[in-house]
Amino acid sequence: MTTKALILTGFGINCDIETAHAFKIAGAEAERVHINDLINGARKLSDFHILAFPGGFSFGDDIASGKVLANMIKYNLGDQIQEFIDSGKLIFGICNGFQAMVKMGLLPAFDGDYGTQDVTLTFNDSGRFEDRWVYLKANTRSNCIFTKGIENIFLPVRHGEGKFVVKGPQVLSRLKKGGHIVFQYTDSVGKNPGYPENPNGSIENIAAICDETGRVFGMMPHPEAFQHRTNHPGWTREELPEEGAGIAIFRNAVEHMKENL
Amino acid sequence: MVNRIEVGFKKGMKDALGDSVKKRIIEDIHINVDAVRTIEVYSIDADLKDEQVRILGEKLFSDPIIQVFSDKALAKDFSWIIEVGFKPGVTDNVGATAKRACEDILGISIKGVYFSRQYLLKGKITKEDAEKIAGGLLANGLIERWEIISDEDHAKGEHVHLPIPVVKGTHTPSVALINLNISDKKLKEMSNQKLLALNIAEMKAIQGYFNDEKVSGQRVEFGLKLPTDVEIEVLAQTWSEHCKHKIFNSHITYSDEKETHVINSLFNTYIKRATKEINKSWLVSVFTDNAGVIKFNDDYNLVMKVETHNTPSALDPYGGAITGIVGVNRDPLGTGIGARLIFNTDVFCFASPFYDKEMPPRLLHPKRIFEGVRRGVEHGGNKSGIPTVNGCIVFDERYLGKPLVYCGTGGIMPSVINGKPSHLKEINNGDLIVMTGGRIGKDGIHGATFSSLQLDEDSPVTAVQIGDPITQKKMVDFLLEARDRGVYNSITDDGAGGISSSVGEMAQTSGGCLIELDKCPLKYPGLDPWEILLSESQERMTLAVSPGKIDEFLTLAGTRDVEATVIGTFTDSGKFHVKYGDKTVAYLDMEFLHNGLPEMKLNACWVKRRFEEPVIGVVDMETTLKTLLSRLNICSKEYVIRQYDHEVQAGSVIKPLTCDGPSDAAVIRPLLDSMEGVVVANGICPRYGDIDTYHMTACAIDEAVRNHIAVGGSFDHLAGLDNFCWCDPEKSEKTPDGEYKLAQLVRANMALYDYTKAYGVPCISGKDSMKNDYQIGGRKISIPPTVLFSTIGKIEDVRKAVTMDVKKPNDRVYVLGMTRDELGASEYYASLGFIGNDVPRVNALSARKLYLALEKAINEGVVASCHDCSDGGLGVALAESAFSGGFGMNISLTKVPVENISRSDTILFSESQSRFVVTVAPGNVARFQGIMKGTVFADVGEVTKQQEFIVKDGEKMVIRIGIEELKDAWQKTLRW
Repeated sequence: MTTKALILTGFGINCDIETAHAFKIAGAEAERVHINDLINGARKLSDFHILAFPGGFSFGDDIASGKVLANMIKYNLGDQIQEFIDSGKLIFGICNGFQAMVKMGLLPAFDGDYGTQDVTLTFNDSGRFEDRWVYLKANTRSNCIFTKGIENIFLPVRHGEGKFVVKGPQVLSRLKKGGHIVFQYTDSVGKNPGYPENPNGSIENIAAICDETGRVFGMMPHPEAFQHRTNHPGWTREELPEEGAGIAIFRNAVEHMKENL
Repeated sequence: MVNRIEVGFKKGMKDALGDSVKKRIIEDIHINVDAVRTIEVYSIDADLKDEQVRILGEKLFSDPIIQVFSDKALAKDFSWIIEVGFKPGVTDNVGATAKRACEDILGISIKGVYFSRQYLLKGKITKEDAEKIAGGLLANGLIERWEIISDEDHAKGEHVHLPIPVVKGTHTPSVALINLNISDKKLKEMSNQKLLALNIAEMKAIQGYFNDEKVSGQRVEFGLKLPTDVEIEVLAQTWSEHCKHKIFNSHITYSDEKETHVINSLFNTYIKRATKEINKSWLVSVFTDNAGVIKFNDDYNLVMKVETHNTPSALDPYGGAITGIVGVNRDPLGTGIGARLIFNTDVFCFASPFYDKEMPPRLLHPKRIFEGVRRGVEHGGNKSGIPTVNGCIVFDERYLGKPLVYCGTGGIMPSVINGKPSHLKEINNGDLIVMTGGRIGKDGIHGATFSSLQLDEDSPVTAVQIGDPITQKKMVDFLLEARDRGVYNSITDDGAGGISSSVGEMAQTSGGCLIELDKCPLKYPGLDPWEILLSESQERMTLAVSPGKIDEFLTLAGTRDVEATVIGTFTDSGKFHVKYGDKTVAYLDMEFLHNGLPEMKLNACWVKRRFEEPVIGVVDMETTLKTLLSRLNICSKEYVIRQYDHEVQAGSVIKPLTCDGPSDAAVIRPLLDSMEGVVVANGICPRYGDIDTYHMTACAIDEAVRNHIAVGGSFDHLAGLDNFCWCDPEKSEKTPDGEYKLAQLVRANMALYDYTKAYGVPCISGKDSMKNDYQIGGRKISIPPTVLFSTIGKIEDVRKAVTMDVKKPNDRVYVLGMTRDELGASEYYASLGFIGNDVPRVNALSARKLYLALEKAINEGVVASCHDCSDGGLGVALAESAFSGGFGMNISLTKVPVENISRSDTILFSESQSRFVVTVAPGNVARFQGIMKGTVFADVGEVTKQQEFIVKDGEKMVIRIGIEELKDAWQKTLRW
């Protein structure tokens, strides 16, 4: 049986095509579905195994990034999403998708509560949108299924609101203890970064988190933008495998669903 | 009732916007301020209960982790509050999104939500300072209003009372009748007063048309006698310089030192003719549609257009630029039956952001223009999900009078969709006219005629508008879905001239139209019929839909949250027929509307100008090289580049920066399952035009082509787009030197023909903007004549692309192409305050040979790095290649191929065209030299592990400097 990935589109989401393509390379059957088609019932979330919130500028980042999309999903599709999670399926948010997920409470979702916001993503300390590649180290102790086997990865960030902030010290300590932290920014040799290696001023250099199950995952950098070696900014200087390193994350998701269907 | 909800950051939370505003107040307005914090204000026009206000504050407007909200004033601990909000009728994107989100959450209908922002300034700031900060940085009086309150007044209970910007007024729409049977003098006055931008011959042609008995006989049948304001406005718009390119199509008598000859249309004689004679098999649609179309491969075509948005960007840099970029996006989208948008490329021309003299009245400081334009293009491009793949910024003090904002967009479309060629437009008699996207307001009225006038005291503010990328993004997504389902026949964009222009042009295919203006959706009531017809409100496309498909079309639009409205019918009546309610308000012959314009007759007179030559003594080459690297036209534009998303869509291959160095051209992979790539490049060198616009244009073409070649693009699959921005070239009282300026235009066109032909690089689309002058109070500032030559081409396999950074120590360094004594109008001379006379000249024959050889060498994989030589010459190109790769170089100047040069500064800084710096691994040297045989090239040194840039002239050390020092010189100027 094939793994089916639903890639949300509409209202200013704009990384849907390449996200679908990354899932395709990873072996999934990927389909872009307009949010309104889910809301009006033309399409059913339960027909899919993976739900992706791609990057982009949903509602133009007006009010706050991901906020309006978060409300729209929460109030219209909240039950379907809970059911989706309960049935062992996967949710993956990238950049604006990650912003929407934390703002609707899908992440970090302590104690399985997928409706309370404990963390946020806000304006970069630089006050600017920035497009640059960053070094990430994976937390090998996290049970995130998306990052199995990945220790380090180099990916682009392209955001103005990627600074990870927590509600308080207890939240930070739960994130650490519970293995929620999945990726952290590092410098080029894997050490603690300053600006711009940590491009936004995120606390503890946090770039990605997952829920307790490891099946709901969001990250600020764009793995779908590293599909092929020629995406790498130094590809004319280095020997790199043909497939872009970002695909591994999608493949982990697809393989997990294949094994657990 | 209006409910105000204020949202601020919790104590201790960083306010990044406040911090960057503080920085700009200190740096740009030169006022010391201790701190700036911001508060967002949402004014909701609805009768809400306290509980509803709380729900909105909690669930929508504030982020519980970092923010607080209140229905009372949040401001505290400040010296001044400045609150900035929009004027009525100005696009308020945040307000519009907020309205929708409020309605979703509360499940009720809301009249409106309006966004404003408070800046809390702290420090020793006077009232005058606060005014200066408000008007000089935080708000633009054309579109925004503000209120300033001191802490003392606030303590006394004074609050901000900015009224909500609702468009008020009780104007009842009406149609005015216009008597044209008046004296010539009065006709001229009428044209000026009504901003028609028509000359007397054109006014007389219109007068004659309405006096024609056959015409008046037909009009009577529809109850029309005197011409209506609708008709006059439609004619003025259709006949505007902007839409008809009157100067490019005029009858010109050109004379220079040698001869006098007559040119009947520059466009036909030089541009179109070259493309026709070049006759490439991959040309699909040229000069006929909103954008040019070329073949990409057997299944796909590429589409590209470059527009300018100069005057709006001068008035409101942010709004002008965002409208420029989302506006040009609609050109490829409106070409054939619609292309998917795959890249943006932007070129700006500004005065120095460090300009420190007094500003002429009504002009904004160049730094403010720079920042506003940068931010407009950032929002327009990033929010649309289109990568900004490259561009450049040119600085010259004369752009103080008018900045140039060139916005280009490329698209891709399957060559056949639903069994039909996608580049053709089909419009049948009886097809419905459908307007989709945004609604119509008064914004942008007279944009087309306005851009055909110079900027002066009477420039209207209605020409200013702000783009809304998300409304457009929703429309784009919907239209591509509709296209693939085959539910419409034809599409075009609503740009200059609004539906008057879009429907008028489309109706030429069917042979007529009937527009029903009262069906058009409006942003607010009170628009006169002519305003509805001519409004340039953004984010709209016009389509032709068969009556049988209209239900499917409208249903799909509904489910995609896109407004679409039937506003009339395409006919074969031969008439441009417009009704408002039951009444006919315009009834014009299509033939007269499109072909009745009288031809303009102009004279052009070329006289070669001579400029003083510098006398140069002993030169400190190290300092000179660093000075050049730091010059605005050469220095790193990383500050701008990083704020543009250049990688969305995941096809990025060569990015604008290579290891922090300047890439020559962009390469993208638009089809993610293919290795075929698109190469995008630009050439622009207005400085050379001071000496001769012929060579300026030749150099711009060469620059774009050699950038394309430098990254590995195919010379045989390369198309150009010409884009002329000129100062007024019509001789008049205001422009006594019009004949010279027109001659400059003629000479630019001559070069365009000669060089596109010699290179076999046909133009597929173009644009001209002719009145880029500023004149107020006796001061005139004319921009330098500027040609942007952009290219779109192919690279068969992106894996063979080459970047400009040196790769490994011991690689050999080559200079390709001949260096001549061509320092005229160079950056080097400019740094000394001279122009000189020896402008670079392009030898197309030798360049062509070199380009073909280099293409072969790159294709065979024997080139490690390749960088084009342009501003600052060989010295700058070598240094950039070295510091980008992170290695040193050891260069021997005596080995560089030169013609009659003895001075080392001439060799290093001459801007001779068609040259490259190339590095080759030792193992590939033999093969490389074999391929390049028969061209001018030489091994001039090597890449070194040692981090030093060393240049010797014989035994003499000319330059010895660390690469980090060079890089720092290159980066520091715009490190904001």
